Amino acid sequence: MRRYAGAAIAIIFFAFSIGIFMQLASYNDYEGSNYYYKNPVNGSLANESVPSHYIKETKNETGAINAVTAIVVEYRGFDTLGEVTVLFTSATGVSFLLYHVYKKLKKREANLILKEGSKLVLPFALLTGAYIFIHGHLTPGGGFPGGSVIASGFLLMMLAYPEFFVREKSLSYSESMAGSIFVIIGLLGLLFATSFLQNFIPIGKPGYLLSADIIPLIYIAIGFKVGSELSSIVQKLKEVEK
Amino acid sequence: MMLVIIAWIIAILAIVAAIYAVETKDLLSSAIAMGIASLVVSIMFLVLQAPDVAITEASIGAGLTMAVFVYAIGKTKRWEE
Repeated sequence: MRRYAGAAIAIIFFAFSIGIFMQLASYNDYEGSNYYYKNPVNGSLANESVPSHYIKETKNETGAINAVTAIVVEYRGFDTLGEVTVLFTSATGVSFLLYHVYKKLKKREANLILKEGSKLVLPFALLTGAYIFIHGHLTPGGGFPGGSVIASGFLLMMLAYPEFFVREKSLSYSESMAGSIFVIIGLLGLLFATSFLQNFIPIGKPGYLLSADIIPLIYIAIGFKVGSELSSIVQKLKEVEK
Repeated sequence: MMLVIIAWIIAILAIVAAIYAVETKDLLSSAIAMGIASLVVSIMFLVLQAPDVAITEASIGAGLTMAVFVYAIGKTKRWEE
């Protein structure tokens, strides 16, 4: 009985939040609406300055068309470094936990459609992932989605062929190289500009591939890092199958 | 109007898949229902104009997480008591 009551409450809450979402999505002028958080003490619109600054000034300050990417890599770059560290720690934990396990592969063959289809799909999955993280400053996406698309391409191959493995050494090399490139770019910002992860390359024309200063470089590094980490996690989980 | 109808269909599908994932005794179909729920939620993100979140949700929630769960079920039991 309690279960059904909980389910009913969840449904009501979900429908309510969907209604709110649809209402929010129909707003178009963010300037005139009371969309922002109101300060309860003096009644001013407390958060108004930061989002409107991001919306208006991102293109001039960073040269990126995609404001989300500019926030993630430029304005909140140190936060992204922490996020990458969290992912690295979890991949290391999986490796620690599953190291000394009896390695024997399951030899059951997948069916023909999965085998041939995954061979056909893998290059396109890799290309799509690379496109997503190289064009992170122009189109939606970035390092994390691109890396996870690449990892799901490798996952498809692992599902289709029981004997398919990415070499452990190349995974760890690409992962550590990408992580060091991220930190080195940050240190170069400290060297040539004033602070860690600050832009030191001239901003190009907004809208071109070679623009938006250090965003493409950092996102390429993050894409390689996330892709190799997620594929190594999936591969570790697959190896221990008895 | 069209978007509202699509959003309601998506919401109902997501709720049904989530309740099935909680209630069923078969852990494998529970994992698959969870993958369906997150795939449907990624379409919801696309409707709400957040395509980058939609890409991440579709590839991690529906792809990699489901694979991790399926590998874990393969090492333990499939049926819940």
